[in-house]
Amino acid sequence: MEKISGARALIKALEKQGVKEIFGLPGGANLPMYDELYKSNIRHILVRHEQSAAHMADGFGRVSRKAGVCFATSGPGATNIVTGLATAQADSAPMVAITGQVPTAMIGRDAFQESDIIGISNPIVKYSFQPTKPAEIPEVVKKGFYIAETGRPGAVLIDIPKDVQQNEADISFPDEVKIRGYHPWTDPDMAAIEKAIKLLLSSSKPIVLAGGGVIISAAFAELQSLAELLMIPVVTTFKGKGAFPENHPLSLGPIGMHGHAEANKIMTEADCVLAIGTRFSDRSVGKFDEFEKHLKIIHLDVDPAEIGKNQTTSVAVVGDVKASLRIFLKLLMQQAFKKSEQNAWLAHVTEVKQYWRENLKLHPGELTAARILRKLREMLPAESIVTTEVGQHQMWASLFYDVIHPGTFFSSTGLGTMGWGFPASIGAKAARPDLPVVDIAGDGSFNMTENSLATAVLDNLPVIVFLVNNYSLGMVAQWQRTFYDRRMIGVDQKQCPDYVKLAESYGAQGIRVGNLDELGNAIKAGLKSDVATVIDIPIDPEEDVLPFVAPGTSLKDMILPS
Amino acid sequence: MITLVWAILSLLVENKPGILFKVTNLFRSRNFNIDSISVGVTQDPEFSKITITTIGDERQIDQIVKQLDKMIDTIEVKRLDDKKTVYRELVLFRIKISKASDSMEINNIANSFGAKIHDARKDSIMLELTATPDQIHNLQELLKPYEILDIARTGVAALQRGGD
Repeated sequence: MEKISGARALIKALEKQGVKEIFGLPGGANLPMYDELYKSNIRHILVRHEQSAAHMADGFGRVSRKAGVCFATSGPGATNIVTGLATAQADSAPMVAITGQVPTAMIGRDAFQESDIIGISNPIVKYSFQPTKPAEIPEVVKKGFYIAETGRPGAVLIDIPKDVQQNEADISFPDEVKIRGYHPWTDPDMAAIEKAIKLLLSSSKPIVLAGGGVIISAAFAELQSLAELLMIPVVTTFKGKGAFPENHPLSLGPIGMHGHAEANKIMTEADCVLAIGTRFSDRSVGKFDEFEKHLKIIHLDVDPAEIGKNQTTSVAVVGDVKASLRIFLKLLMQQAFKKSEQNAWLAHVTEVKQYWRENLKLHPGELTAARILRKLREMLPAESIVTTEVGQHQMWASLFYDVIHPGTFFSSTGLGTMGWGFPASIGAKAARPDLPVVDIAGDGSFNMTENSLATAVLDNLPVIVFLVNNYSLGMVAQWQRTFYDRRMIGVDQKQCPDYVKLAESYGAQGIRVGNLDELGNAIKAGLKSDVATVIDIPIDPEEDVLPFVAPGTSLKDMILPS
Repeated sequence: MITLVWAILSLLVENKPGILFKVTNLFRSRNFNIDSISVGVTQDPEFSKITITTIGDERQIDQIVKQLDKMIDTIEVKRLDDKKTVYRELVLFRIKISKASDSMEINNIANSFGAKIHDARKDSIMLELTATPDQIHNLQELLKPYEILDIARTGVAALQRGGD
């Protein structure tokens, strides 16, 4: 027990939690915590807009699998992180956002820079706290991290009124916290797993659908062992991209709206799916009732509320997917099970895969999506971390950038937040400074948070922005071409800005490339650079992302390049 | 064919500010529907009991229960079987008295439902009934011809029989 201020207690609690980096921006209502941060060894990474602080914390959290932390002041500072909270929560990323609030006596009086961030954020956070006394802060911090990081991870908000930061009290730091209404883990039900195994083994066309839950729980080895033991082809959701090495013979890549042709094709032919850590999003499975027709679904998920939400399941196993998969493997080993590598289904799968890998028609030209992304893959070390923005480049990354090292690909897949990838890549670099980090970007998305270049340069976080530049809001343009009879509106960026000059103005390296050789050299230069690099890659604005499953239709109805 | 059902949900929650907002906000954000809601503190002042009646298909009701259960502030969420549950709601009606015979007739209706009479005046009368929502509906239908001037309902309170 010691007499300290709430702000001191906050920073101390964060230190005890092992926090080494905080992404943020100071303001009137969080000055007391910044004053304590001044005295701490925690590294403060200054952003140029609070939304980017939240995305950096999110990227940090996904890569380190520990909650990333961001600071913002009250009012507009707090509302600026709303998109960041929603993005992290939609993708089950661990994050703790800490906002300043106007003093308790001013709450509800429409004070300067007052916003009801607890009310505003309620539907888009996993949990939120507003401590009313300094003595509550250590417990709130401990609970906040526990909630953010356990079970299905998510975004937690801690909103601290300024007087609660300033006032002193006798404060103790708990070693443990208990939350009686929170049960993050359920032990997997053995009988359900036995039933699932029976169902899987009795099916003639089984498939594994790996979702983001496999990446969150780092169940890579378990998934690979199971797939190899049963010799079952593996598709993923887009969120699950890279849950399984995409250069593996059993890998078919992501299904969905812009899934691989072979993945969508085989998914619709399968008679039984082992779905692991997925919420069956509409972007992945298309029309809900079409997907579940003729398909037996075994669903493994940590979140009981996902069972039966979008799809009817034959067998459900609630629990951490890594723990569930381990039991699967154990039970299969006891049966001394080994599936023959020769079976008609697998032969068919291999044939379909080979056909589409050889025959998918690609856009003509030198700097095309497929060629530049394959070039990037060829040049990057396998363990490099990749983030993406949202749009055409993101779906091209899904199609043409194979993830070899599991768990190295991150994207805003649920909320689909343009502008997420660049700050998230900076957060990822802060978590893993030893690895190359690349943001595969489109120009429309990069525009939204490109001022994070200042943070990348000044805080020595040299990431590479791989800018797939069609000077267009390309995905919207594609929909206007496809569904609105080429009535193009609001999509042309009119060659603005000059990204090389933009990068240079921030002290970053800017390189424009005109062919694949120059691209190769630019990637090399980026990997060697001490400062952030923007590689501007002009592409044809008419290039579409194909295959394409139109919204509200089934995976069977995929549009292919003609 | 989607069949809609009426369900009674009983939630044991932390007795803290903001919980009712979170519960009702969940219904709104997930596009679920609240038919009635009642809240009160339990024998242990640390907890409140929220009783919600809702209408939806089985899949929706299942989702509501799971999403409520997932909330960190809910300790226990139960869907009560209405056949094994005592559930009651209190209603107050103010009815217009237009002619002398109305008063006698309304008194007779009230008696047949076991409703209490309050605040009997020359031009209006107030009735109180504690009953199931169905019975309240029936009473309301019978009172309609006299003109209902005002109405207030508490929402359903429910406890399972046999203590389980």
